[in-house]
Amino acid sequence: MALSWLLIILLALAVIGFFTGRSRALASAGGDARDLHSLPSYYGYNVALTALVPAIGVLIVWLLAQPVFVNSTVTGMIPDSAIPEGSDRGLIMSEVRRVADGLEGAVAAGALTQAQAQDANADIAQLTQTLKDAGQVLTQDITQPILVAAQTYRSMTGTGSVAMQVIVLAVALLGAAFAYIRTHKEFRARNVVEQGVLALLLLAASIAILTTVGIVLSMLFETMNFFQLHSWKDFFFGSTWAPNFRGGSELSILPLLWGTLYISLIALLVAVPIGLFAAIYLSEYASGATRSIAKPLLEILAGIPTIVYGLFALLTVGPALVSMFGEGGAFGVGWMASSNAVLTAGLVMGIMLIPFVSSLSDDIINAVPQSMRDGSLGLGATHSETVRQVVLPAALPGIVGAILLAASRAIGETMIVVMAAGAIAKFSGNPFEAMTTITTRIVSQLTGDTDFASPETLVAFALGLTLFIITLGLNIFALYIVRKYREQYE
Amino acid sequence: MTDISQTLGSAPAAPSKHGSLFEKDARTKKRNAAESRFKMYGIAAIGIGLLMLIVLVTNIVTAGTGAFQQSFLELNVELKEDKLDKKGNRNIEDIKKVSTFGYAPLIAAAVEAEVQNLGIQTDLTPKEMGGILSKAAQAELRNYVIANPDEIGKTVSFRFLVNSRVDGYMKGRVTRGSIANDKSITVAQLDFVDQLRDAGVLYKAFNPDFIFGSDASDQRPEAAGIGVSMLGSLFMMFVVLALALPIGVAASIYLEEFAPQNRLTDIIEVNISNLAAVPSIVFGILGLAVFINYMHLPTSAPLVGGLVLTLMTLPTIIISTRASLKAVPPSIRDAALGVGASKMQAVFHHVLPLAAPGILTGTIIGLAQALGETAPLLLIGMVGFIASNPPDGLVAGFLSPNSAMPAQIYEWSKRADPAFYERAWGGIIILLIFLVTMNTIAVILRRRFERRW
Repeated sequence: MALSWLLIILLALAVIGFFTGRSRALASAGGDARDLHSLPSYYGYNVALTALVPAIGVLIVWLLAQPVFVNSTVTGMIPDSAIPEGSDRGLIMSEVRRVADGLEGAVAAGALTQAQAQDANADIAQLTQTLKDAGQVLTQDITQPILVAAQTYRSMTGTGSVAMQVIVLAVALLGAAFAYIRTHKEFRARNVVEQGVLALLLLAASIAILTTVGIVLSMLFETMNFFQLHSWKDFFFGSTWAPNFRGGSELSILPLLWGTLYISLIALLVAVPIGLFAAIYLSEYASGATRSIAKPLLEILAGIPTIVYGLFALLTVGPALVSMFGEGGAFGVGWMASSNAVLTAGLVMGIMLIPFVSSLSDDIINAVPQSMRDGSLGLGATHSETVRQVVLPAALPGIVGAILLAASRAIGETMIVVMAAGAIAKFSGNPFEAMTTITTRIVSQLTGDTDFASPETLVAFALGLTLFIITLGLNIFALYIVRKYREQYE
Repeated sequence: MTDISQTLGSAPAAPSKHGSLFEKDARTKKRNAAESRFKMYGIAAIGIGLLMLIVLVTNIVTAGTGAFQQSFLELNVELKEDKLDKKGNRNIEDIKKVSTFGYAPLIAAAVEAEVQNLGIQTDLTPKEMGGILSKAAQAELRNYVIANPDEIGKTVSFRFLVNSRVDGYMKGRVTRGSIANDKSITVAQLDFVDQLRDAGVLYKAFNPDFIFGSDASDQRPEAAGIGVSMLGSLFMMFVVLALALPIGVAASIYLEEFAPQNRLTDIIEVNISNLAAVPSIVFGILGLAVFINYMHLPTSAPLVGGLVLTLMTLPTIIISTRASLKAVPPSIRDAALGVGASKMQAVFHHVLPLAAPGILTGTIIGLAQALGETAPLLLIGMVGFIASNPPDGLVAGFLSPNSAMPAQIYEWSKRADPAFYERAWGGIIILLIFLVTMNTIAVILRRRFERRW
């Protein structure tokens, strides 16, 4: 692990820098710390940080940029004639990477010498055998262009990482030397260090932006690739979801969106009345003791991982529903054929959302000023009349916000629907049928063997982006409503 | 508001003829009935919520406790030298040449001997008798012999797992009626199992391998354990802790103590609150696209899982850290500034230590959330294979493919044999024990160290 060694060396350099910087500062003041501008340790920190931070910055940028650079160079080397029918550059490139890894592994295992691995005129059949003997995985036969590309890939990666180590270490040493030379009793070390630390803090805070940008960009690029391979009209306005890995798939989001919304609707039909009434009771009627017990107990439901709800739906609620509504069930109606159904997923998701609705509504009802209740009660209204006609109308915008947040949770929920909703994409109003959702399809299109060149895989990114935009829109709208409402009574 | 006062105002304006404060008229009764109805709705709603919690917990406990027990058959196996070490020189390489399959006759012979010893009457062939044992038994025997070659030639007492059907029969999941179409076990074998049980050599016992062992293939549910995926989860939590805590605390300090009121700060704040509400599967897509597809980090590695979960946990940690920084009164900062500290010194020397218990509580809660998360792990490939070997060494722990507890549970729930469902529930008990412990620690920390100003 060259990388971990590099990091250890950098850290060691920083530690040495700290002590030498500190002692140089003290020496320049003749050993009397009172003559220094800053506390002695700040001079040490200055040297350590100047050595470490730029070097690590260069390291990260290099690690991110090198694959792009090498990839684009090597991709350009593969002639169009080397790309077989029905394949594309992306697939060939992954093969090239695999061969390069294979060569690397074989050299490491001693099956090949460095010269043999880089021999462009090597006997391909013999090389393939050597690689296989060394336990390397190859999926296709190696062809001459692939071999040459793989060798270039390997040598560029190798040179790149050597160059990276040299440059990173040089940057670290230069930084340390620069800071060391500047160290003097008049030098304002504390101000410099604090500026540096502030920059690091800002960087940490910016990771939130980076994550969002990462999410959007990663999905946007693949979505654009998808729309090059598949018509956007079919995606947004088609009526059928029928992925077919041999091509000619119909990939429309509408049936999936319908399944998602239907399941979310059932979940909200369960969660909203129960959650809302629970919140009203807890905030308006319950004694302090009841509240202090019931509220945390309800909130346990929110802390249970979704995999547990998924299993509960798959193995308990689904079979129980079938035994009621299925063939020969308790009601004798025979409506339900399998335990995977909209109702199963919706009910369990509803249970999961109860605490979500109740705690948000609870906060919001509590924010309604007591004077409004007192006024209503003083006019002779009963408690429930006060709640229904004064408190709830006043809290309504906030409650709508809470419901929207719950809806966004329901739309983005994955495990429950993956395990209990089924895999059939269709427009149907029957809650006893299996249906599928956006999240379920994302999981099924992206798990298992995926190549990132077929529309059937890339569609998952388009689905993900749509999901992201829908939930983001709901969240922003809901937060806006809640915030506006809170300000009203503050 | 206006129509409320009108309806309310009109009520006392029409008093009943025999108006009395002690005798309620029809309208008052109706209003009182509506009042108690409304209250009942509230109680019913809380009741339903709590009932669901109870149903869920009872269900988990009843369905999952079985996984901690497993049926074992005690056998005395004679490790015959002519089968295991034909040359008789105890050369470990020669012993290793005997495949797992070569151990089957030894076990069959041991079962037969045991039957004769106990005086059990049965029509089963030795092969059928051996068929009640798990396929893992031969491998277990082989591993034992390779580890202790000196035992060859002796007779050693073993406790073998029986296969999942027999185990299900012992636990009441499999009955004579339910195996009508089952090719892997016969009614005669179940009779034989009854005899062995009555003789006391076939019994249920606590099975530590479920907690500490590795996953097993589709055919051997009785041998599957959650231990290796627990290690996977542990390594992921290391990554999350090592990245999310420093980055989260640094971001919170910046936003709470130093950030100027400007556009950039606004954007960061909006981003953080939005990231907290992004569906977890979207983080999975991000992980797949950036860490695996772009950076070519290894698939299924706990490192990648940890990175994805870090991004997911960051908003939680930032929000709770900011709250605890905000709870430190300004007088502390003023006092520090007053004796000549810089702003940075005031924050790092005084505010941060005082906020530490709150930060720790938020971090533990964030970790608990990350520990139970499944959806993003599906996309970065932490399902669909058998986590059969514990990682060798620290680097391999982060980089070699592994599963994680929730992913393992999902994997078991997808397998065909119902015996895996019991293990999935059992896995959930273990997962929940972790979560409850972490949350309890968080609550204790908060109670013990949180200062009210």
